Amino acid sequence: MTSSISHAVRPKTEGYLVLRRQALMALLAEATKDEICQILSDIGAGALAAAAVDLRRPESGLVMLRGRAGGDGRAFNLGEATVTRAAIRLPDGRTGFAYQLGRDSEKARISAILDALCQGDEHVAVERAARTVRQRVAAEAETKARRVAATKVDFFTMVRGED
Amino acid sequence: MYVAVKGGEAAIDNAHALLAHERRGPEDVAEIAPRQIETQLKLAVDRVMAEGSLYDPKLAALAIKQARGDLIEAIFLVRAYRTTLPRFGASEPLDTARMAIERRISATFKDLPGGQVLGPTFDYTHRLIDFLLEAGAELPLPAEVEAAHEATPRVTDLLDDEGLIERDVPDDMADVGDLTRAPLDFPADRDLRLQALARGDEGFLLALGYSTQRGYGRTHPFVGEIRFGAVTAEYVPEELGFAVPLGSVAVTECQMVNQFHGSADVPPQFTRGYGLVFGQSERKAMSMSLVDRALRTREFGEDVVAPAQDEEFVLSHCDNVQATGFVEHLKLPHYVDFQAELGLVRKMRAEHAARRQGTDSELKEAAE
Repeated sequence: MTSSISHAVRPKTEGYLVLRRQALMALLAEATKDEICQILSDIGAGALAAAAVDLRRPESGLVMLRGRAGGDGRAFNLGEATVTRAAIRLPDGRTGFAYQLGRDSEKARISAILDALCQGDEHVAVERAARTVRQRVAAEAETKARRVAATKVDFFTMVRGED
Repeated sequence: MYVAVKGGEAAIDNAHALLAHERRGPEDVAEIAPRQIETQLKLAVDRVMAEGSLYDPKLAALAIKQARGDLIEAIFLVRAYRTTLPRFGASEPLDTARMAIERRISATFKDLPGGQVLGPTFDYTHRLIDFLLEAGAELPLPAEVEAAHEATPRVTDLLDDEGLIERDVPDDMADVGDLTRAPLDFPADRDLRLQALARGDEGFLLALGYSTQRGYGRTHPFVGEIRFGAVTAEYVPEELGFAVPLGSVAVTECQMVNQFHGSADVPPQFTRGYGLVFGQSERKAMSMSLVDRALRTREFGEDVVAPAQDEEFVLSHCDNVQATGFVEHLKLPHYVDFQAELGLVRKMRAEHAARRQGTDSELKEAAE
């Protein structure tokens, strides 16, 4: 599922760049580790990636997922999810972050590298390389939506007798 | 009272090795892989995530394998695992209005904007055992039609302009209570009640919900809407200052619409009960919404006359890990305790016998 972000961008960040990073993060969260490795190799950033240093070693932890009473009321704690985070710095000083559901540290670390890259000129290449994954995710979502649509139901209320 | 014992190490080790052997089963049968459980016993995985209160399908599947299919044991394993991890923070509230719908039905509105879709459901099946599953028959592909991609507003937003259904009001200034951080205190606010119900035992909540239907705290419920599908979880890390999409989470939501309440200030309107559960679990989401409404008794100035309305009773007993811990501890050695009770009952019997003898001889004397 591709994600649209509901949040107003906070003033300390640059709007357009944030939207670009969020879009990539949303995609990488849905991608498999193999797909993410493929993106990195497609853009030929292996050497750069190898030179990345950890700002924070990949770490698995929990994020408490919240819901709202009635869907739109007061927030409540629904339950936690496992989340893995990573933060890296490229030799040129750019930093990249990842926060993803699950416990895959390698996937999170490579995603953080791609987050750093997409903040510079490489973003065009990253987005081009990510297109395959985007298409795969979109195609799967569309197939699911079409199958669900085939179960659309119209119930007719039977007319009761003269009672 | 339980007094610690020692000894039995060799027996315990051997019992656990025997357990591992029994778990594996006969060697001429292929070993089950967690991935098979995750994808083919999905509803068991969903239940373990919901009541384990931890969204991680891979982990839940592994726990089910380790627990030999005992779901409460698997839930226990998941709860224990979560205590080993640091908490990064809390997500933005999930927006169920933007769910990628896989199932959506309403028992109250025939023509729901965005449509009703049955999705993958057991409803309307004949509950006949399908022996083809044993034989491993090939399946036809599911049917497909053009997907409309219409907006699917929550049903409770539909009657909004008339004010016929009570509104829930967001209050983002209020602290969100967390029963994993602070012990429950009564009376508990609705945020804490919903958290407890979301992780509560499905069977217990089902029975309580059922009891309200049978008249023990009746609320006259209608299913306004049930929806199941994926929503994006978002988290704002401090170092980034913007919402990071963490990935999609599958949840089931139930909006129960219940009979009227009004006051001097507010004209009569339908009241609501809410259910939200990890994974696909309609029974749990519906039960949760029935019990949520029943527990709002205080708010509506109703009398607490039934178990489902008694929040201390419901919230103190809905957690199956707590419940199983206390019930199952009874099988641990209670020798010291029982020795004391034995001593006591012997003494009481001796006193009883002495009294009886005394009475007998008095009676004898009187007769003579």
